[in-house]
Amino acid sequence: MNPLRWVLIVAGAVVSLAVGVALGSVRISPSALIAALAGEGDPSVRQIVFVLRAPRVALTFAVGGALGLAGASLQAVLRNPLADPYLLGISGGAGLGVVTAIALGLNALWGLPIAAFVGASAALALVYRLGLVGPGMLDSRILLLGGVVVGAFAAAVSQAIVALADAQALRNAMLWLWGGFGGASWLAAGVFTAYAAPAALVLLAAAWPLDLLALGEEPAAYLGADVERVKRRVYLAASLLTAAAVAVAGVIGFVGLVVPHAVRLGVGHVHRRLLPAAFLVGGSVLVLADALARTAVAPRELPVGIVTALIGVPVFMVVLRRWTR
Amino acid sequence: MDTLILRATDVALRYPGAQAPALRGVSVAVPAGSLVAVAGPNGSGKTTLLRVALGRLAPDAGLVEIEGRNVTTWSRRSLARQVAVVAQREEPAFPIRVRDLVFLGRYPHRSAWGGIGEADRVAVASALERVDATGLADRWVDTLSGGEWQRVRVARALAQEPRLLVLDEPTTSLDLRHEMELFTLLGVLAGEAGLGVLVVTHELNLAARFADDVLLLADGRTAAHGAPGDVLVPEVLERVFEWPLGIVQFDGAPQCLPRRRRDP
Repeated sequence: MNPLRWVLIVAGAVVSLAVGVALGSVRISPSALIAALAGEGDPSVRQIVFVLRAPRVALTFAVGGALGLAGASLQAVLRNPLADPYLLGISGGAGLGVVTAIALGLNALWGLPIAAFVGASAALALVYRLGLVGPGMLDSRILLLGGVVVGAFAAAVSQAIVALADAQALRNAMLWLWGGFGGASWLAAGVFTAYAAPAALVLLAAAWPLDLLALGEEPAAYLGADVERVKRRVYLAASLLTAAAVAVAGVIGFVGLVVPHAVRLGVGHVHRRLLPAAFLVGGSVLVLADALARTAVAPRELPVGIVTALIGVPVFMVVLRRWTR
Repeated sequence: MDTLILRATDVALRYPGAQAPALRGVSVAVPAGSLVAVAGPNGSGKTTLLRVALGRLAPDAGLVEIEGRNVTTWSRRSLARQVAVVAQREEPAFPIRVRDLVFLGRYPHRSAWGGIGEADRVAVASALERVDATGLADRWVDTLSGGEWQRVRVARALAQEPRLLVLDEPTTSLDLRHEMELFTLLGVLAGEAGLGVLVVTHELNLAARFADDVLLLADGRTAAHGAPGDVLVPEVLERVFEWPLGIVQFDGAPQCLPRRRRDP
């Protein structure tokens, strides 16, 4: 393994974080940014950096990393290069869970990831059931089709709830349908980390068995993997990561698809390298996508999920052609 | 015969909803240092016996012991340190290099967070050397020929440092040279390395030339069991395969040749 690639991945993460903090309605020069980080310089710049930009960039990075990690893990257990929390309907289910909870008046920030997790798990269970064509036989094409349909259905119901409910928190409904970090705060970042960090550790600890599962369930079992337990853990952890992401940032698609593929080109398919790299690159990519969403049509802001979809759909088409060839 | 690694005793199994039992009281034992072949027509219960022997299916009756302990009481991980399996089919979902694939054989010996240690490196290098695949280490597995792929999977099994090696139809897609090479390797592994080797195969003639012990199954029953010379006899084989045939001696082993039937 080439250490230069890790230097590039880490450097890319640092640069994207700096770009994310520097860009916005008030542009901050590199020297002003360094001064602010050192606790010097213009107090209003420090205010912007630490109160507005830093929590947003930190949350965005963590969410992007979580989605990259969830996507890479799901691709291994499902043995499907097109698996992604959004395409599998998990994100849509989580979004429906959040919207339902808010419409019912349950909008405590700490509780939303739980509502999202309920929705995410239900959607995944339904999609998995649709994909099972025989005992223990998963048809990955039907699985994806089911995921897209379940996701579309969840989005439709979410939209109906948003239209009918008059809860204050649902006024910014676009957030739940297309994702965005406009409401980011250190508190949101803390809530996200509390739910996502344990799930991320579970997935990172499963790196070796994921290598085995990518070979197939029978060879994996003969090589010593407890297949059912690994699958259960990965599904739960990936759902929880997605749920936490949706609860703080809405539905953001394609990060979990695009990032693992890009990372595979660089570090290969061995999960103890792939998973950490997918986290770092996922974070970097989403921070840059969010910076683009904030600045492309300034002073207005695009939902970040639109930016990731504009990047992700062409990548999906390329991967799809290669996969079905 | 005092160092039995695997012993299956009177194993019976009926799949749920099936008319006839798949296995009706079959016994087989694999001692260290010997190559045992399980042969028989399609549907005779070979693969079912393998699954039961490996603890993937629980038998309705009978007992399977690995190292004297009921196979169902082993965890998959500790079982994988004793028994390595080259399954019939395996398709990696993502490209992987030969060296990384063989390293996966070290999984049962590792902890979740532990790195790759010296013992792992040594085991992988010697496994690759054993199957003469050291030169393939940096290749992607999807560029390998059928024979190379099988050798690499045997290398991964050897990297597990097992006491028993189990192979399910390992020569199905191989040409003459590669099937001879593979069975020669299995013979060496049993004879020199002292492994127990259990191989399920359609290739009765290969079994007769390389195996110490042949179990011939028919309809889930033992049709014949013993040294190749005791199993490859015309009356037995004609009954099992329902086809006229003859036995010739070749290279010191009985070989079975099907006759042409005059009137179809």
